Amino acid sequence: MASLVIAAHDGAALDPATLNAATAAAAFGGDIDVLVAGGGTAPVAGQAAKIAGVARVRHADDAAYDHLLAEAVAPLVVALAGAYSEILFPANTTGKNLAPRVAALLDVAQISDITEVVSADTFVRPIYAGNAMATVRSRDAIKVITVRGTAFAAAALDGDAAIEPVSAGEGQALSKFLRQELSKSERPELTSARVVVSGGRGMQSSENFHLVEQIADRLGAAVGASRAAVDAGYRPNDFQVGQTGKVVAPELYVAVGISGAIQHLAGMKDSKVIVAINKDEEAPMVQIADYGLVDDLFKALPALAEALDKAGIKPR
Amino acid sequence: MKVLVGVKRVVDYNVKVRVRADGTGVETTNVKMSMNPFDEIAVEEAIRMKEAGTADEIVAVSMGVRQCQETIRTALAMGADRGIHVMTDEELQPLAVAKLFKALVERESPGLVILGKQAIDDDSNQTGQMLAALLGWPQGTFASDIVLTGEGAEVTREVDGGLETVGLAVPAVVTTDLRLNEPRYASLPNIMKAKKKPIDQIAVDELGIDVAPRLETLKVEDPPGRAGGKRVADVEELVDKLRNEAGVI
Repeated sequence: MASLVIAAHDGAALDPATLNAATAAAAFGGDIDVLVAGGGTAPVAGQAAKIAGVARVRHADDAAYDHLLAEAVAPLVVALAGAYSEILFPANTTGKNLAPRVAALLDVAQISDITEVVSADTFVRPIYAGNAMATVRSRDAIKVITVRGTAFAAAALDGDAAIEPVSAGEGQALSKFLRQELSKSERPELTSARVVVSGGRGMQSSENFHLVEQIADRLGAAVGASRAAVDAGYRPNDFQVGQTGKVVAPELYVAVGISGAIQHLAGMKDSKVIVAINKDEEAPMVQIADYGLVDDLFKALPALAEALDKAGIKPR
Repeated sequence: MKVLVGVKRVVDYNVKVRVRADGTGVETTNVKMSMNPFDEIAVEEAIRMKEAGTADEIVAVSMGVRQCQETIRTALAMGADRGIHVMTDEELQPLAVAKLFKALVERESPGLVILGKQAIDDDSNQTGQMLAALLGWPQGTFASDIVLTGEGAEVTREVDGGLETVGLAVPAVVTTDLRLNEPRYASLPNIMKAKKKPIDQIAVDELGIDVAPRLETLKVEDPPGRAGGKRVADVEELVDKLRNEAGVI
């Protein structure tokens, strides 16, 4: 049987998390189709057609699916589901919103945030904020899955799949998109950045985050924040790294003034190299870090910026 | 308008869970249990609606073992009016919980169901979306703001890129994110009053729903460990190590 990957996108460009979901789909060994839904999304379908290993892109070019509202898109996915043994979504806010609605309409379980495909019906997924890993077997005929992006490499973009239009009957007009306030940033996207520099409650104010940004500028890094920093209003919600925020696993994660609550560690502990800058040497983040610098961050960050400059690592 | 809220009993968020030696799950014996933090936010939001005059009754629902009644009592002490306890000793997975909720919605006819976006034990993030699907209702997930209008509800959602606001017909299902509100603590007089508030007990069999788990847990293990804890003396040593030892800058 074949796998269906549901593409996440913003109407104009494919969300790279789709590429990780495509890699997870490849583990099932069948044909891989990608569904791109939304009006005027031909460019997105074009990008999806380049994903390595994809047999065809099913393109529902219809404004009814704009913004991927779950009420509208779920019936479309269900209408296509019969041809597939697995339906995979990226475990981002789009996928998490949509996948359970699809699963319930199909009367199957949904398997959240998988980190490994053990076999066609058996998966590994984190529970308790990643403090335990559960291996679960699905008894359902169709597996509806969300894929943790950090656990699967991004698929290459050297494919050339066919694009076929699909249409489904009337969707449910139960909800409508009203508006969005998206953060604008010149920096890399948090979940796919090679380096992430995050600030916590220790930053003490929104203004002080410029110290974090100085380091991020030099390292070409995304900026993140702990829940405490977001709750305090230092940074908006989309900066939050953790159990219920974004999960990141960059090459280098620099945690500044973050004590390391279980809920934050859940979102970053799979990073390759972790640096903690904290004045409290007992802080859990310092305990798990590969390199802990026990110092006042208001001294350490300007000094670090200077040391990076000296090493020839300058703002980009 | 009646508001139904879900309150799940989970291992307290401050507890560092330990995987059982036999790999069947995590240790829950003699472990502090509390209301799922996202569900506290759901209860708080319903209470604020009642205080604003847009909700007139709040029903707190929990499903599972006998001790779930303690979780319902907490919701009643915060300000919910009555409770419903769907009793079972069996494991309930999100699809089953959504089906049971649907049966309760058909009995209670609420105008809004507010659930936490995820429970901090299984981290599924599914039940609200599934319930909305089964009812054919709209869903406002990961809510950081709910405004009830004449025609329905405007829900602002925490999404990956920032915030998104959707307009929903009501009745609807809303799931809470962290920034929706800050839940209150129950006062001592309200804890006393809560003891007199009614809790309906319904055995899971009475609802006539197949709640058999669809996912079988084969094993539960510790995550791969990290060998951390190395210190650097100053920023110069840090830059040197990152460049020459770790090779990441």
